[in-house]
Amino acid sequence: MAGTPLFFDKYNEKIIVTSPVSGTYTQLVRGPKRRIMEVRITPDAEDEYLDFGTRPLAEMSPEQITDKLLTSGLWPCIRQRPYSVIAKPGETPRDIFVSAFKTAPLSPDMDFVVNGQEAFFQKGLEALARLTPGDVHLGVDAVNTTSAAFTGAKGVKLHRFRGPHPAGNAGIQIHHIKPINKDEIVWYVEVQDVIQIGRLFEKGIYDASKVVALTGPEVVNPRYYKVNKGARVSSFMQNNIRSKEGVTPRFISGDVLSGEKIGMEGFLGFYDDQVTVIPEGDKPELLGWLIPGLNKFSVSRTFPSFLMPWKKYRLDTNIRSGERPFVITGLYEKVLPMDILPMQLIKAIMIEDIDMMEKLGIFEVAPEDFALCEYVCPSKIEMQTIVRHGLDIMQKEFA
Amino acid sequence: MKALHDIVEKLKPHFEKGGRFEKFYRSFEAFETFLFVQGNVTRRGSHIRDAMDMKRTMVHVVIALVPAMLFGMWNVGAQHDQAIGVETGWFDQFLFGLVRVLPLIVVSYVSGLAVEFLFASIRNHEVNEGFLVTGLLIPLIIPVTTPLWMVAVATVFAVIIGKEVFGGTGMNILNPALLARAFLFFAYPSYLSGEVWIDTTLQEGQQLVDGFSGATPLAMLTLGEVVNLPPPGDMFLGTIPGSIGETSTLAVLLGALILVATGVGSLRIMLSVVLGGLLMGTLFNLLAVNVYMEIPPYYHLIMGGFAFGAVFMATDPVSAAQTGTGKYVYGVLIGVITVLIRVLNPAFPEGMMLAILLMNVFAPLIDHYVVQANIRRRLRRLGRARAPIKT
Repeated sequence: MAGTPLFFDKYNEKIIVTSPVSGTYTQLVRGPKRRIMEVRITPDAEDEYLDFGTRPLAEMSPEQITDKLLTSGLWPCIRQRPYSVIAKPGETPRDIFVSAFKTAPLSPDMDFVVNGQEAFFQKGLEALARLTPGDVHLGVDAVNTTSAAFTGAKGVKLHRFRGPHPAGNAGIQIHHIKPINKDEIVWYVEVQDVIQIGRLFEKGIYDASKVVALTGPEVVNPRYYKVNKGARVSSFMQNNIRSKEGVTPRFISGDVLSGEKIGMEGFLGFYDDQVTVIPEGDKPELLGWLIPGLNKFSVSRTFPSFLMPWKKYRLDTNIRSGERPFVITGLYEKVLPMDILPMQLIKAIMIEDIDMMEKLGIFEVAPEDFALCEYVCPSKIEMQTIVRHGLDIMQKEFA
Repeated sequence: MKALHDIVEKLKPHFEKGGRFEKFYRSFEAFETFLFVQGNVTRRGSHIRDAMDMKRTMVHVVIALVPAMLFGMWNVGAQHDQAIGVETGWFDQFLFGLVRVLPLIVVSYVSGLAVEFLFASIRNHEVNEGFLVTGLLIPLIIPVTTPLWMVAVATVFAVIIGKEVFGGTGMNILNPALLARAFLFFAYPSYLSGEVWIDTTLQEGQQLVDGFSGATPLAMLTLGEVVNLPPPGDMFLGTIPGSIGETSTLAVLLGALILVATGVGSLRIMLSVVLGGLLMGTLFNLLAVNVYMEIPPYYHLIMGGFAFGAVFMATDPVSAAQTGTGKYVYGVLIGVITVLIRVLNPAFPEGMMLAILLMNVFAPLIDHYVVQANIRRRLRRLGRARAPIKT
């Protein structure tokens, strides 16, 4: 039944992940060091739900709310900064942040997603508000957010943002609302997870359904689907993928900047509400670094693309060059709207200088915040991987 | 393209591990990536990457250098004609310069790339693109009369001592091209000062015109010969003696336009250097205790290597300051020190080279203070958050 425990966190047995559907367990896929990668379940035709009760929020203590989130398997929806990992039950966050708009390429429209779920979203916010002595901060787009579920949300502090990606990232919003200092913990939750939390407290069940956008140049008909958390992507995108001779599609759970590569038979990531399909760029190109490159997109002005801002491009996965040491400066700061020195921080992580990492603000960042730095990097340095490594080192050191 | 790619693919096994030319793998790879942008795809992190890479960046600097290079070639011929008092027409003058300058460029590239390829093989990393620019910069900042072997020695010195000992492109402290020039300047001073700026090789029946000096404007000023100074228009256009590529402020400005428009060069540094130069020039002009100080401040911008240095040398992202605020400080100080050396130190008529090298050394220190300021801001914020709230 939906809500039945599947596995727990080795380091914190209280954190469990439960089944998003009712069905039959079929397979366990393990990765390196016998890590659990996938638990495969074949769903039944009709979903049945475990009942977690519908006690009113007002009667519950923060501890009881936490317990309900833990037993229902919704706790992993709550992530924390620093370290960008699942929050620790029992800890008290300074504030909780929810970003009500997405700015990543082709990301779903949150106004559309929340449509019909307004009451659950509000309920979810109320449950979260009980877990922090601080505030629940809701970030909305100053121009594009119109849903009253966001602009009229009660019991939260509303913040209006304006600008392109990464303005929709929780990390950027936290930095501008109330930056994280040393020893402080904040939590952040995705909109659709807030809705699921709301449904838990309203209806007493773990209803894992969510709206997912199927996007990208290799999709015939980009559209939204209503599926369950962790759904097999082929279950809904079949017959909607272009098949062209010589073009291998790449399936990504999430957006093209921070998503995870999955196969055609892969599964939707826990936090993802988007599947992107783009062509692999596995073809060599004669003198590609020299020719004008009319069909190439670049944020730099070394390609004609800057003269044609209206043009649309089919971006592929070609990396274009081998990795080089840092050479160009001043580029990364332009795509990281934080008071953080990106190159200096990355270098501190590379040499694993813990003291310097802390001083340069590693507690405030997550890999996704560096996605655009990685995208623009002419030296093709894998910054998100480096930031993740740095956060892991810090967590080991301090936790 | 397909046929060419097939040939490359066919040759590849010979250079890979176990192949006959295994040792030359990195050289092969350099040519392969030169011919083709590889079909390598992203494995981790962002699935898409910007189309710009190091090769594209470097080739734009080379393109930006072309106006200065072409003008320099013509000017070599024009100056030669002036020295012997004949007029052969601009095309012949250009050809004369081309024949003189091309060998310098070829020697610089061949000797420098040889070292680059060697180190890439020893260290087993890809050949870096940085030398594409350095290799053209070196011939443009030396007199046309520099012997070829000297260019080779200086280039090898600059690449090894200036770059490879620090770990290669991206790790160096000093600008390699300027280091090559500094090496020549101190090792063979007689070849880099005095009457070296104009190719005065005479053919039978030719002779130098009466009163020919061949001195650069800066040298004239050091000697106090203000009256002989060419008009500012000539200095701006570049029809004056000097290093091959540096004389024409106009050609350099064209290059600057390309660098700034494509976003490859830092406008911030360029403007700061100009500002620093003007500042110091104005200060001297106000004090004006000798004839050198009396010149209008803007003269400094159009004489010698000021413009070329500001646009192509100071902006080298590796040896310059790397933080935004640091770039202002770095640039202004280069301008100030250049004029300071020019006016106050008669041993060095040109101060640009030394000023940039000096600031290259200080750039990490400047950055250090900018980074410390960022750290202090974070600590102050922490202090505020921890402070007890007054009620």
